[in-house]
Amino acid sequence: MSHLHPVPSYELANHPLPTGREEVWRFTPLKRLRGLLDGKPSDARLKWDADVPEGVIVREISADEAAELGETKPTDRPSALAVANGGDAVLVDVPAETELTEPLIVRLSGTNPDDVIWGHIVVRIGRHAKATVVFEHNGSAIYSATTSVVVGEGANLDLASLQLWEDDAVHLGQVGIRVGRDAQVRTFQASLGGDLIRIVENVEYDGPGGDLKMYGLYFADAAQHIEHRLFVDHNQPHTKSNVVYKGGLQGKGAHSVWVGDVLIRKIAEGIETYETNRNLVLTDGCRADSVPNLEIETGEIVGAGHASATGRFDDEQLFYLQSRGITSDEARRLVVHGFFADIVRRIGIPEIEQRLLAAVELELEQNVGAPLVGVA
Amino acid sequence: MATLEVKNLHVSVDIEDGKKEILRGVDLAVKSGETHAIMGPNGSGKSTLAYSIAGHPKYTITGGAVTLDGVDVLSMTVDERARAGLFLAMQYPVEVPGVSVSNFLRTAKTALDGEAPKLRTWVKEVNDAMDKVSMDRDFATRNVNEGFSGGEKKRHEIVQLELLNPKFAILDETDSGLDIDALKVVSEGVNRFRSQGDRAVLLITHYTRILRYIQPDYVHVFVGGRIAEEGGPELAEQLEAEGYDKYVRVSA
Repeated sequence: MSHLHPVPSYELANHPLPTGREEVWRFTPLKRLRGLLDGKPSDARLKWDADVPEGVIVREISADEAAELGETKPTDRPSALAVANGGDAVLVDVPAETELTEPLIVRLSGTNPDDVIWGHIVVRIGRHAKATVVFEHNGSAIYSATTSVVVGEGANLDLASLQLWEDDAVHLGQVGIRVGRDAQVRTFQASLGGDLIRIVENVEYDGPGGDLKMYGLYFADAAQHIEHRLFVDHNQPHTKSNVVYKGGLQGKGAHSVWVGDVLIRKIAEGIETYETNRNLVLTDGCRADSVPNLEIETGEIVGAGHASATGRFDDEQLFYLQSRGITSDEARRLVVHGFFADIVRRIGIPEIEQRLLAAVELELEQNVGAPLVGVA
Repeated sequence: MATLEVKNLHVSVDIEDGKKEILRGVDLAVKSGETHAIMGPNGSGKSTLAYSIAGHPKYTITGGAVTLDGVDVLSMTVDERARAGLFLAMQYPVEVPGVSVSNFLRTAKTALDGEAPKLRTWVKEVNDAMDKVSMDRDFATRNVNEGFSGGEKKRHEIVQLELLNPKFAILDETDSGLDIDALKVVSEGVNRFRSQGDRAVLLITHYTRILRYIQPDYVHVFVGGRIAEEGGPELAEQLEAEGYDKYVRVSA
């Protein structure tokens, strides 16, 4: 059994303490997890502040109830620990055929950089419901969370998770998504802050016709480790997945990791999948690891592919901009802004798009100076 | 009145096994109000001259000088040269993903003027400039040169010429790949720019066709990395009839 088949289990015994040599841990600096893997119990919680549109129910449920709801199970030790130590879980419930016109926005913030915090969240989107759900992480904490997202038949979900932590935060997150028959799911991950962020997204399908789009944006600064791993399990026929992640790196010791695993099972005839990862390296001393994996058990598919590219600034682009009088710094800023803009524009929530572009600008000020003019 | 002066310019590029000299002592002086055509066969170094004056990092200056009213251009950065009044319309304009034409033009204008253009008049100026080259106004919201046809890219270069209004415009094979309608539109744009009276144009071309629409004051024949012959507009007519053969044979 390859690492493309993570074993879902609540049992800690099934998720031994990693040594760092395991395929799924080999990029992660375990020493910087600040004890999260030890599984020390803790009652600390992130502050939860939510805009809850009418028709959505948010309530606490026990871990047993979460399991009974048929949530996705943990596939690694930190997520199993989050369930075991997290106490009650939070259930975000969008009932069947409920169509939200406003996004559900949850602001999660940590106030103490030394607090170990376990989180357990279940998002349930009923059949034919339509919703946008945003989790926004701020402040500081040593946080491990497991989030299970179960999307019903024909439902339509936009799910965003923003990691806008302070520089000293540690965040291990596992997001399990089950895409219902004919459901449409778009996910969006943005990781900009923190000392170490490692997000693992696992997707499976609950019937044919599911359509998944996964987008991501990350920006690693000096000494920052940002890791995104995803596993799309095409376990049903006639399902689709399209993944686009873009990353920027700057400063000594900035390290980004992107691992995109796609499994096309024998049963999954007629599926279509494509994944892309692009990294823009702004300075010396950065490292971008980019590993797409495709495992194909049937050839009876519409299409499958992947692309990965890591590069520096394109001299021709910079020359073109500078030849119009634009300074070197401003030209770089424009190019980076453009690099991320097409991802950001896919979010579809103007307020969040603006905030993310502003956050990218702020990152850029470190190396290429403040913008000359506002961005249209 | 301003003068762009190129003196005994020698330029090399890096190739796999060392350096290759492309320009071998170019002398040229272009004054405000003048239009100079530089004509020559493929590989003669015409484009290298354009890019060297603009400051492309690929080219190494190994000797000579370029000055603008006596001020050393070669020690300036690419953007400083543009702010000193130079403009290069490129043969292959570059795509810049995610950056809209509108944002690009406004950023360039701001950089050149030292202050942001007034929003209301600026939008009108941009629209007018696009209308003049028969470019759909929707292009303002598209990414710079991304998915543009060859002709659309050249029109976009002329829109920039119009809006940024430099002192010296170098047009590098702006005519190549254009159909006759596009060629007329582009030429009209260059002629509007020239009609201001105190603007200079260095028109680099392989073909005589564009010179029917843009009358040069001087024609320079460029062969083997230097100017082989100079004359007035009649030289273009001679090239039209005889081609570059006799120059190529002499240089070889």
